[in-house]
Amino acid sequence: MSKAISALPLWILYAFLYIPILVVVVMSFNASDSAYLWTGFSLEWYPALLQDADIMGGLRTTLIVAIGTTIISVVLGTLLALALERYFPSRFLDAAAAAPAVMPDIMLAIGLLAFYTLVGFTLGPVSVILAHSVFGIAFVAAVVRVRLSSLDPSLEEASRDLGASSIKTFWSITLPGIRPAVLAGALLAFTLSLDEFTVAFFTASPAEPTLPIVIYSSVRFGVSPQVNALATLLLLVSFVAVLLAQRTARLSDSLRGSRS
Amino acid sequence: MPALTYLIVLMVVPLTLVIAYAFLTAGRFGGVQGPVTLDNIGRLFEPLYLGILVSSVVNAGLATFFAFLIGFPAALAITRLPATWQTAALVAVVLPFWTNFLIRTYAWIILLNREGILSDALGLVGLGPVDFLYTRQAVILGLTYAYIPLMVLPIYASLQRLDPTLLEAARNLGAGPWRRFRTILLPLTLPGIITGCLFVFIPSLGNFVIPELLGGGNSQMIGNLVRDQFLKSRDWPFGSALALMVLALLVVIVMFQASASRRTRRWGA
Repeated sequence: MSKAISALPLWILYAFLYIPILVVVVMSFNASDSAYLWTGFSLEWYPALLQDADIMGGLRTTLIVAIGTTIISVVLGTLLALALERYFPSRFLDAAAAAPAVMPDIMLAIGLLAFYTLVGFTLGPVSVILAHSVFGIAFVAAVVRVRLSSLDPSLEEASRDLGASSIKTFWSITLPGIRPAVLAGALLAFTLSLDEFTVAFFTASPAEPTLPIVIYSSVRFGVSPQVNALATLLLLVSFVAVLLAQRTARLSDSLRGSRS
Repeated sequence: MPALTYLIVLMVVPLTLVIAYAFLTAGRFGGVQGPVTLDNIGRLFEPLYLGILVSSVVNAGLATFFAFLIGFPAALAITRLPATWQTAALVAVVLPFWTNFLIRTYAWIILLNREGILSDALGLVGLGPVDFLYTRQAVILGLTYAYIPLMVLPIYASLQRLDPTLLEAARNLGAGPWRRFRTILLPLTLPGIITGCLFVFIPSLGNFVIPELLGGGNSQMIGNLVRDQFLKSRDWPFGSALALMVLALLVVIVMFQASASRRTRRWGA
């Protein structure tokens, strides 16, 4: 069997995955305001985004939420990875840390809405940050753990034996060793929050929707070239963030590790 | 353990609330109130809801099947690439998964619409125009598309661990491609396949956006019911009961998976 034929199934998958994305990108440069008919090249829909109050408002909320989520996820996710890998290895905790990644997101969404209502927590950017961080912590922990497990623990032991406190050991030995993974985790948590819809839909205030919620509301009433332009920009941001994460921490290895 | 406290307060407590609410009564202005009741659980067995549950399971199951059908050969093709290309090939599979899933679903509206590209293409050869959008097939397609990267990853991982000499030996002994697949590839990568299937099936089952955007009004899934009970009808106890049913179903499936992978491990030994 020749090489080209044996790679055919892969090309079929790539065509399936990327043709729809490509169509959105191409149609964002369409001159006509029909979302389906190509009439000519135009850049008009990109500056139009800046004039749209809903989209700009959504962008602002989304950025606040994504940055907040990244900070919480990186700090708590790294701590969780350390705890699971170095201090209290336990299969039960493993399962708890992986749960947000495998649960249908609508379960967490309604649970959090019920919880916020019960304790009287006002919905807004903060409630979405707290919700997204549940996923973010799990992903950061998964990426950092793989890196930690390949790090020689005897370095940390030596540091402690020589009289360094745990905090000093963490800052001068452990953190430099796991920095690429922490950075990759941060990029993933950011992308995750940027693109997340279901949980945000249930936990955001109707007055301050995130960008995916704005997209959802407009897509429900039909496609528009302006949404294509916005979608293209968002795709670009996610692509860049994930490729950067991959470069810093060889993400595919950690994904393979955490999911096998 | 601040991280653990965080996950308990914002994951375990909320999920426990959903379970508890399933046994309470809807408040007059939303929310919940006493007394404790089994009415919500009973309502789940009304034909309307049972029908939607069954069709959700069928949709998610078919999406999983198609994802396997496309994903398995692709994963196999990746393992046959030169080692230096494998990581890049895998990243290219995962990349779309990390982009906005609303946008990827929305792309299919452009492709499947009556005035869309697919319908036009079929029209050129005299088969169109065709309405693909707002059909059940479109929902299954959308679910397959959304989650197929999650099928490829674990299958690739278990294929990579497979000893290639086994396949060679089988070929030398005269086994054809189908026989090699059935007697070597399939049983030895079953844990990866099952994991991949769960990764596609679980999020498909709870999804409500794809049925709404690609399926129109007639292709509701269980996620749409849950969403409506929480955000429209404001009957949280019944919405919780519906979610509880999904959760119960998933627990059964995961337990089944655990016992199946124990069995394959015994074969492998």
